[in-house]
Amino acid sequence: MLGADAMAKCLLEEQVKVVFGYPGVAICPFFNSMLSVDINRVLVRTEQNAAHMANGYARISGKVGVCVATSGPGATNLITGIATAYADSIPLVCITGQVDSGQLGSDVFQEADITGAVESFVKYSYLVKNVEDIPRIFKEAFHIASTGRKGPVLIDVPIDIQNAAISKFSYPAEVNLRTYKPTVSGHVVQIKKVIKAIGRAQRPIICVGGGVLLSEASENVRDFAHKYGIPVVSTLMGIGVMPTKDPLYFGMVGNNGKPYANRAMNESDLIIMIGARVADRAISQPDLIMDNTVLVHIDVDPAEIGKNVGPHIPLVGDINTIFEQIKKYEAECNCNEWVETLNGYKADAPVRKKPRSEYVDPAEFIRMLSEKLDDDAIYVADVGQNQMWSCGYHIVKAGRFLTSGGMGTMGYSIPAAIGARAAAPGRQIVAVCGDGSFQMSMMELATMQQHKLPIKTIIFHNGYLGLVREYQYNTYKGNYSVVDLSGSPDFGKLSSAYDVPFMKLENMDGADKLIDDFLGTDGPALMEVMIDPLDVVK
Amino acid sequence: MQKKVFQLLVDNTSGVLSRISGLFSRRGYNIESITAGTTSNPKYTRITIVATGDEAILEQIEKQVGKLIDVRQIWELKPDSSVFRELILIKIKVKDDQRQAIVSVSDIFRAKIIDVDIDSMIIELTGNQSKIDAFLDLLGGYEILEIARTGIAGLRRGTGELVTID
Repeated sequence: MLGADAMAKCLLEEQVKVVFGYPGVAICPFFNSMLSVDINRVLVRTEQNAAHMANGYARISGKVGVCVATSGPGATNLITGIATAYADSIPLVCITGQVDSGQLGSDVFQEADITGAVESFVKYSYLVKNVEDIPRIFKEAFHIASTGRKGPVLIDVPIDIQNAAISKFSYPAEVNLRTYKPTVSGHVVQIKKVIKAIGRAQRPIICVGGGVLLSEASENVRDFAHKYGIPVVSTLMGIGVMPTKDPLYFGMVGNNGKPYANRAMNESDLIIMIGARVADRAISQPDLIMDNTVLVHIDVDPAEIGKNVGPHIPLVGDINTIFEQIKKYEAECNCNEWVETLNGYKADAPVRKKPRSEYVDPAEFIRMLSEKLDDDAIYVADVGQNQMWSCGYHIVKAGRFLTSGGMGTMGYSIPAAIGARAAAPGRQIVAVCGDGSFQMSMMELATMQQHKLPIKTIIFHNGYLGLVREYQYNTYKGNYSVVDLSGSPDFGKLSSAYDVPFMKLENMDGADKLIDDFLGTDGPALMEVMIDPLDVVK
Repeated sequence: MQKKVFQLLVDNTSGVLSRISGLFSRRGYNIESITAGTTSNPKYTRITIVATGDEAILEQIEKQVGKLIDVRQIWELKPDSSVFRELILIKIKVKDDQRQAIVSVSDIFRAKIIDVDIDSMIIELTGNQSKIDAFLDLLGGYEILEIARTGIAGLRRGTGELVTID
């Protein structure tokens, strides 16, 4: 058995169902060994998207996503995808081929120090120097990626190691990492403090982040909110923990969030942050909140606690485990009046200014689209104005909302949707992007077509990098610099080049029927939605 | 700005030092000195870092470093319950009539003359930082040609809080 066979076997042992990748000479031994195992292989059109596909796969399956690239440019192309996963704590194992270990450091063809280059974007990385280490390293990599605060782990395997014979393959049953032992259960003393704080609070609020979804704790957190009647807001990454229409849900916080969600945070006397980083885009002035509010911060990563704001009650551990523990305690909490107040704020919220009527109103379009989607549909938003409208107007029923939050990587939606599809072949999937972000990953229409994936892609066409244009309008008095997307292809012709059905919506007339037709198409389909070039987020 | 001495016990993997120093540079933490060496168990390296920053930064340093996979444990070496030592080599320019005076000062500090040349000598001194600073002050009147310092190494006193190696 060769090192490459051992690598493939390790993936089998980890019950990997699919790898997303792009071959090159330095990783060919591995791809050759993959022919003899029952694991799907998806050829991407550029390596960055292999990492995004693994990302979408991981977020929907709850398992580790796997992507593979060759040495040199293959490996460096992965970096943006790895950084995207790191910023959102998505568990990935990234496998890269490397040049012959005897030639490492001598700048031979397609050599790149990838473990060095990704150091700041991975949870851990390995350069395999001995073929006998492969089973242990793979076992550790999957363990590290999927436990504690999740994240990407990279394994760099020189080609001679892949081609070397391994004397004995035995996959370790357990990892033995002397230095890595993440906290799982919450400290009982801290849990009791949380319960006491709930009993004392008049205006409590729960703020859920992506950590709730990563810990698969949505149901427990929802039950907790309903048990005490505590209103809930979410960060960008926490969208989907609560169904949009839940009477206790008050939308997304932050710069681009709902004004009543931010007001709820500011007026609350007890904030329970769950799996959220208190990041700059969500809470721009953490000092403001702290004045007369008790802050509870629940997170698996102790380093997040106190990083941006000093909590009164820190609680470290796996969120789902902690909420299993919290169930056993009781407190009195009556915040009906507070919920009523918030409902009042919600009713008074300003309505978004309508764009010119000859164009589609993206807010209304998204609302209409999401009402028509299946209850468990997966909605993948890209980055830009499309993302902000999606956050604001997509209605989550029992499905998922995916987007690149921490890194804000344009071009994320299409590959992530393909990855999501691999994890949940039975579910309806839409990818929503702008004409800028679409052009960052439109090459993956080929991947979609190759595997006949019924993903529905929507392009909001405004001819601009809209969010940057909006920023330049506000900051530079409308002096636009390098945001004009003239020269974009005819998306209809592009679609037919890929043999993907195409539809175009010019204004709201006929939107209802066109969306029905679009969602009813077999296989992939693309819809171009013409929006006002001067439309803004709010 | 405060100063804290952290000690780490880390897995002796390749690249562990660059993982730690990389974390300091990318998060903008200040290192005043860093020393590393293997322990009685070759699987582990003991690292002593002197860092500066405000209280929140120093707390983040402890948490972020502690989070690295290779770091078994990080703790603060508090001045009142720890011993610190640093080694310094000083090369000074000396004329014939200065030599004896320098030897006398060195004796008082229990420093050693480890090299003597026609117009220079090298002195070795071990001690805590205040002793080394005092010695350097006394040598202020001479022309110092080169200095090499190791950065501080330290240990907690007593057996109360040993971090065991398995």
